[in-house]
Amino acid sequence: MSGQFGDLRELYQEVIFDHNRRPRNFRALEGATHQADGHNPLCGDQLTVYVRVTDGVVEEVSFIGHGCAISTASASLMTEAVKGMPVDEVEQLFNDMHAMLTESHPDRDLGKLEVLSGVREFPARVKCATLAWHTLHNAITQAREIAKTE
Amino acid sequence: MTAAAPTRETVAEIAGHAGDFPILGRTVHGRRLVYLDNGATTQKPQAVIEAEARYYRESNANIHRGVHWLSQHSTDLYDAGRERVRSLLNAASACEIVFTRGTTEAINLVAASWGRSQLKPGDEILLSGMEHHSNIVPWQLVAEQTGAVIRVIPVTDDGELEMQAYAEMLSERTRLVGVCHVSNALGTVNPVAEIIRMAHACGALVLVDGAQAVAHQSVDVQALDCDFYAFSGHKLYGPTGIGALYGRKQLLDAMPPWQGGGDMIHTVSFERSTYAETPQKFEAGTPNIAGVVGLDAAIAYVQEVGLDTIARHEAALVEYATQALGQIPGLRFIGQARERAGIVSFVLEGIHPHDLGTILDMEGVAIRAGHHCAMPLMTRFGLPGTARASFALYNTQEDIDALVAGLNKARQLFGLEHDA
Repeated sequence: MSGQFGDLRELYQEVIFDHNRRPRNFRALEGATHQADGHNPLCGDQLTVYVRVTDGVVEEVSFIGHGCAISTASASLMTEAVKGMPVDEVEQLFNDMHAMLTESHPDRDLGKLEVLSGVREFPARVKCATLAWHTLHNAITQAREIAKTE
Repeated sequence: MTAAAPTRETVAEIAGHAGDFPILGRTVHGRRLVYLDNGATTQKPQAVIEAEARYYRESNANIHRGVHWLSQHSTDLYDAGRERVRSLLNAASACEIVFTRGTTEAINLVAASWGRSQLKPGDEILLSGMEHHSNIVPWQLVAEQTGAVIRVIPVTDDGELEMQAYAEMLSERTRLVGVCHVSNALGTVNPVAEIIRMAHACGALVLVDGAQAVAHQSVDVQALDCDFYAFSGHKLYGPTGIGALYGRKQLLDAMPPWQGGGDMIHTVSFERSTYAETPQKFEAGTPNIAGVVGLDAAIAYVQEVGLDTIARHEAALVEYATQALGQIPGLRFIGQARERAGIVSFVLEGIHPHDLGTILDMEGVAIRAGHHCAMPLMTRFGLPGTARASFALYNTQEDIDALVAGLNKARQLFGLEHDA
């Protein structure tokens, strides 16, 4: 099957389809301490990320919105990855993800999030994968603007 | 749709023209380029590419200035381009044709010049709910400055204008109606002659955005009786950065200039300047002369192929595409107007338009995915965007077969192939 789809399989891995079909933590979060909106007006991708931080740790994280498979899967994978993580580590992960999606692979292994690395070869789609991460970054740093990656 | 099945004559008439477009010989991602994004811009025939290059090689000089031969020659080419646009639109006089950068600038010209000088608080501008942003935002800018009010003519579920609602919205407060001839997002052909007749009965003017119409059908501004008609050269097989505004002469004569500079004046002193006649009054600065030469060649090209032939060919393609795409499980057409031209807009259940765009691109098939610069219309249909295939004279049934194969591949990749 991978032969038939060639390079597309690099972008659309099974994990991405799984998270697109059944996005994890896909709900509004009651009692969120932080939240932010992300919107790419050109593609129409739109999401809200909710975070509940307790004692410097991301205790709960969720999102709602709509977008393409890449943007939905990226948001879903992100919520799984940062749940239970200290806030300063989330910021480090944000930087590493940004590097992996746009420039070159960071020194460390990013685990399940590695499935998104194929996006780098599709420049038109990088903005889809990064939107959720910028939105999370804005939520945590309490930036007031709407995140945008296009 | 008025489409007949593609007759042998239509196919024969149009066959061979793909060879006029050098870019269609290239590959993308190792595949033959299947270009179905003509609503965004069309490809250029060799005749246009060569006309622009020959202008710079043999004829380049500034117009309306030098006494030297080359300047006069360049001016003649520029004037010939204006006459060519006149013939395309069947305007009564070439002085009713103003060159602009494209449709957007043409609409901005009318909004800035006519709008700012004529509109008063409470005056109404009616815009259709299927307008491109370029026929919305210029009016919002002028409404903010003048206190005029924008009202929106609603769109039916099939993607047609609600003509009864339009009739009820017209009143003595209506000053201008802005409507696209053909919707860029849905392909709907609007009944512009009727829209104009109804507006004129109320004393209102009508601006028609013809960007998606001129490459697909004959347009006669006198038969339509329209006041303003705007189009872009690059959607008509011509160069980017050149387009035109048709304006009824008495309207253009009464309108103030909108940009000042060289070429648009009669005399200048520091106390007072007087302005050139229509249409030079609206063409400040050195214009896109090479663009006009390219546009002239593009119009000559479509006139030679025949706009009626092109219209028949594209209608047959829309019909074929509607049948072929309609077989795909989960595919839903957006816009099913009775009169459609050159465009098929759709969504595929379970796959976002942008994912479709990427997958089709890897097959060499170029389509548009997104809101098509018509965000209010997308909101009307409750969609973030659609996938759009738009046709030109060089497209074939084989191109549509490639699109269908690409869409089936997308369904397979997304694990949807068993849902049928």
